[in-house]
Amino acid sequence: MSPVPLHWYLAVAFLLFVLGLLVVLSRRNLIYILMGVELILNASSLVFVAFGSYRGAKGLLDGTVIGTFIVVLAAAEATIALAIVLNIFGTFHSVRPEDPNLLKE
Amino acid sequence: MQGLMQTDWGLFGDDHLRLMLCILLLPLMAFAVQIFFGAKLPRRGDWLPTVAMGGAFVLALSLFMTAVQHPDPTLFLHSARPPADEDGLAWNWLWSKGTPGKGNFVFAILFDNLTAVMLLVVTLVSFLVHVFSMGYMKGDPRYPRFFAYLGLFSFSMLGLVLTSNFLFLLIFWELVGLSSYLLIGFWFEKPSAANACKKAFLTTRVGDTGMLIGMMMIWWNFRTFDFVEIFEKAGQAVIANGGVPPGWMTIAAILVFMGPIGKSAQFPLHVWLPDAMEGPTPVSALIHAATMVAAGVYLVGRMFPFFMFAPDAMLVVALVGAFTALFAATIGITQFDIKKVLAYSTISQLGFMVAALGCGALGAGLMHLMTHAWFKACLFLGSGSVIHGMHHEQDMRKMGGLRRRMPITYLTMLASTLAIAGVPLFSGFYSKDAIVAATLHPAPGYESLALPHAGGLLWSLPRLLIPLAALMTAFYMFRLVIMTFHGTPRSGEAERAHESPSNMTVPLLVLGLLAVLGGSPWLFNGDFLGKHIWFNGLVHNPVFDAASGIVSFPEQVGHEGHGWAPLIISLVVAGSGILLAFLFYQWKVFRPEKVAAAIAPIYKAVYNKYWIDEFYLRFIVRPLVFHWNVFCAAFDKYVVDGVVNGVGRTARRLADGQGWFDKNIVDGLVNLAAFLTQVFGAIARIFQTGYLQHYITLLAGGATAVLVIFYWFL
Repeated sequence: MSPVPLHWYLAVAFLLFVLGLLVVLSRRNLIYILMGVELILNASSLVFVAFGSYRGAKGLLDGTVIGTFIVVLAAAEATIALAIVLNIFGTFHSVRPEDPNLLKE
Repeated sequence: MQGLMQTDWGLFGDDHLRLMLCILLLPLMAFAVQIFFGAKLPRRGDWLPTVAMGGAFVLALSLFMTAVQHPDPTLFLHSARPPADEDGLAWNWLWSKGTPGKGNFVFAILFDNLTAVMLLVVTLVSFLVHVFSMGYMKGDPRYPRFFAYLGLFSFSMLGLVLTSNFLFLLIFWELVGLSSYLLIGFWFEKPSAANACKKAFLTTRVGDTGMLIGMMMIWWNFRTFDFVEIFEKAGQAVIANGGVPPGWMTIAAILVFMGPIGKSAQFPLHVWLPDAMEGPTPVSALIHAATMVAAGVYLVGRMFPFFMFAPDAMLVVALVGAFTALFAATIGITQFDIKKVLAYSTISQLGFMVAALGCGALGAGLMHLMTHAWFKACLFLGSGSVIHGMHHEQDMRKMGGLRRRMPITYLTMLASTLAIAGVPLFSGFYSKDAIVAATLHPAPGYESLALPHAGGLLWSLPRLLIPLAALMTAFYMFRLVIMTFHGTPRSGEAERAHESPSNMTVPLLVLGLLAVLGGSPWLFNGDFLGKHIWFNGLVHNPVFDAASGIVSFPEQVGHEGHGWAPLIISLVVAGSGILLAFLFYQWKVFRPEKVAAAIAPIYKAVYNKYWIDEFYLRFIVRPLVFHWNVFCAAFDKYVVDGVVNGVGRTARRLADGQGWFDKNIVDGLVNLAAFLTQVFGAIARIFQTGYLQHYITLLAGGATAVLVIFYWFL
């Protein structure tokens, strides 16, 4: 079986990244925006792993390792971000990104 | 050569010149040291000017002796003018291109027998006054300054006597005025003294103004201020004018004489002298005897060859002098203040001198200046001693009987009074005799100039006024002595009066001796009646030779043995004056009060000094002050205020301009900066929406743009 060529991975990752970005830019809900961020993180993770498997032929694992780190990072990020969103909700009774505007005044 | 062109010094060499410079500079040095360091010196420095004056006196005496012993009558003028190519000891101040030769304003020394006499008189009287002041001024808070001023006064007078240049004479003349101002107003806490010094200064200035105009006329015509050159050019001018002096010379002489009228207190500018009594008594002695009033007489003597070319001006001089002599003597009779009597006596005696000069007798006038210096200094110092002993009481009505309590003062003052009254064997007799002789035969120089005699009967006025004044002199001086020293004490102070300390009585004794011997050497030549005036062998009358235009000073021939008439007149007036004084005040045969009551209106006028002071105050001083005030008020209002307002207006205009600049330029720049900031802020604000997703959009767009640019354009 011939291996899946690299640019396919990259195309999937680009699609994921663009989808994530569109979610981040367009949704009016912090939870959804966080989900978009997760998509972007997954896109980057996919790029690392794809490059890692290509470089893995030479016995190097660094791409895979960084992909794993990104999973850990995403978990940590999700925890903190969700905690922030919870707090915002507790304060403003809203999860819309434009509502926390106390500094504006 | 027997003329004024004497340039070789003959007997007098450079060493003599240095001696003369020393005489001049010693008091100046004493003044300079004393004024700055006097208070720090031991004894508050009084010895320094005194020793300086003593030294100057010794030098002056040696010069005088040389002059007396020198028999050559041509040795009259020795001018230390610089020769054409070298400066010598003269100091070239300024010179103008108008005249060939060296400077016109040269401070050089002009030494002749007149100078020798004046140097001796000034230094001796000044020295004795210094010694006397040590006692009289003791304990004064400004004691060192007093001696400094005395030094300045002596310096000014010595410079006046020594200079060969009219301009420098004027400078020293004004310095004399300044020193007298400082000393008359020495006790300036007293308003009367402060007023008196102002009055003395301003009154003499009136005369000085005339003198300055006269000097300018001389300069305008002769282009020189050197005395010797003035005399030479005057002679040449007369020759050029056909043996007759040009008219302007008469006017110039009268104008120059205005200076002596002020300085020597002649009528009508005599008013300052009695007020000058407000100064300390030693100052009065100095002013009256040596340094101030003598300057005027000396100037007429110095300019005498010039006056000789203006016989009509001589008539003015003679009349002013004779009138002043009588006029002041009448006032002297009525005064009760001992110093006021002496002051009017001085005015009167100066009138004698001026009258003698006006009558063409240089020797007689200058001799009286010398003898008067001795006895008047003695009288003033004596009155100072009396005032000192009486605890500053000056009213003669409160004195009396001081003869026993102040024997030395009495004796010396009596000797001086006999001298001033004109009693034979006393110095004043010989000089007054010579003056009477001169008024009998006035010789103002009409003959030598081939001029018709002008004035006519006016020339006989001095020969009437002078003996009358001499009679009054004898009367009021003995009135003074009798009221002060004879009879019984009329007040407590007079009873408790005491003799003054020795540094006051020694100068009195010296001057008293000079009052006896200082006029005529009868002791040596047996000439008791003054038939031969030895002084005429010392100071010669100038003679003008109309043929050659040369002024020379030959030995006198005509004036020596004057007849018996002046002698008899002198003796009669002196004797009757003294007799009258004794009749009135000693033996009380007549009552002076009754005489005064009998001629009450006249007495009142004389007692009030003819109201001349009041007249000046009413018609000159007050109107002047009034108009001056009006002028000053107008000046203040229109000129000073105008300037102030102008400055104000200009400042306001400037401020307006500055305000405009501030408002439009500076504020404009500040506002522009604010405006620009606002504009940029407004632009920047467009992007700062505060919406998270806008930022991310921009970020993503920017990143995309960067990528696009990198891949497709670079």
